[in-house]
Amino acid sequence: MVTLGPFLKRELRLLARQKADWLNPVLFFLIVLSLFPLGVGPEPNLLRIIAPGVIWIAALLSVLLAAERLFKDDYRNGVVEQLVASRQPLLAFVLAKLLANWLSTGLPLVLLSPLVALLLNVDMASFIAMVLTLLLGTPLLSLLSVLGAALTVSADKGGILLALLILPLYIPLLIFASAAMEAASMALPYHGQLAVMLAMLLFALALVPVAVTSALKINVS
Amino acid sequence: MRAIFPIVDSQRPVIKHQPFSVPVGQLLLQAQSLSCIRQDRVLFEQLSLQVHAGELLQVAGKNGAGKSSLLRLLAGLATPDEGQLLYCRQPVADVATDYAANLCYIGHHSGIHEQLTALENLAFWRAAAELPQADDLALLATLGLAGLEDIPCRMLSAGQQRRVSLARLWFSRSQLWILDEPFTALDQSAIAMLQQFFLQHLTCGGAIILTTHQPLSMVYDGLNTLELAYRW
Repeated sequence: MVTLGPFLKRELRLLARQKADWLNPVLFFLIVLSLFPLGVGPEPNLLRIIAPGVIWIAALLSVLLAAERLFKDDYRNGVVEQLVASRQPLLAFVLAKLLANWLSTGLPLVLLSPLVALLLNVDMASFIAMVLTLLLGTPLLSLLSVLGAALTVSADKGGILLALLILPLYIPLLIFASAAMEAASMALPYHGQLAVMLAMLLFALALVPVAVTSALKINVS
Repeated sequence: MRAIFPIVDSQRPVIKHQPFSVPVGQLLLQAQSLSCIRQDRVLFEQLSLQVHAGELLQVAGKNGAGKSSLLRLLAGLATPDEGQLLYCRQPVADVATDYAANLCYIGHHSGIHEQLTALENLAFWRAAAELPQADDLALLATLGLAGLEDIPCRMLSAGQQRRVSLARLWFSRSQLWILDEPFTALDQSAIAMLQQFFLQHLTCGGAIILTTHQPLSMVYDGLNTLELAYRW
């Protein structure tokens, strides 16, 4: 059995050396969210109403931004090809990529949520809902974007193709996450929405790693 | 703090820790009437070959003759348009995991990440080969990379990067090595050292399939050459 540790260590080391890869999406998220109050006007009620949708759309786009280069380097320098040839370690490699992607793009969004709540005048109940939906939703975003990156790795300018491929898959998540936040702002229960998000996450967690390894195999052959 | 220039004996013999799964002289890999078509051009058809344990097969041919495509077929990275591949007399599709575990494929691309140092790259390939982590300083010194272990590989020259890439062979436990142009960018002394190391692998019962445009200078009984003709 191949252990995940060394693979994860390598990914984290690469993230530490290529800071732009994960800092840019995080900054993009912050900048978009700080532009909204300037654009639509600082009316507190209006901001509170649009907050769920705006936060989640910014999160989707920032994760998408980080996805494109995910496998590019390792594809170009032959690492993916040689891992496919040796079969066993490929899954560990993919899992390490997934985990590192979430740690570098999903987790920062969760950590930034208090700041975002301040920017958009989100009340306490919605804030808790926001943190919960981000905790459940960002791993799913990572899973789907890694899948998209694996499918488009051999395309030269895969950016727009990746967006076309992956954004539709984000829609259910967007609907349930913003519905949960809206329900929370009206003091309604939102366990249902969270349960659906958890179900989607578990479903993706079971299937996506296998799909990613297959996509990589197809792309090198 | 690690010593920057570790003192090692470069003549130190490499000890193979375990015998290979296929005994010397036994049939390791067999290809039966392979065909490969790329962009409507038949690179080769009805190509059959055999590789026994302890043999080296040099695939020769002009640029574009299909050498790399053949190696990729043999490594299981692509499926042949016709024909089949047998590992230990069984179809590779049935024993894919065993075959992959006994195979070390180093392709045209180096397989090293330019942002990582030589040591970090080797640690990654050790993990991928399911080997315990070990200190590779002595190995890198043997390969003439003493003092360059801790700088990102993008700073190294093409030949030095190739050395880092090939360093994997030194700790590989695989019996069959498939190497696409291993001598590219290497200087004469490195080529001589590599051939010496190939010889060691072969006498231990290993097998090698490689492409190269350089004539091999090593003297060994089990050297075979396959000449691929360029076809229009």
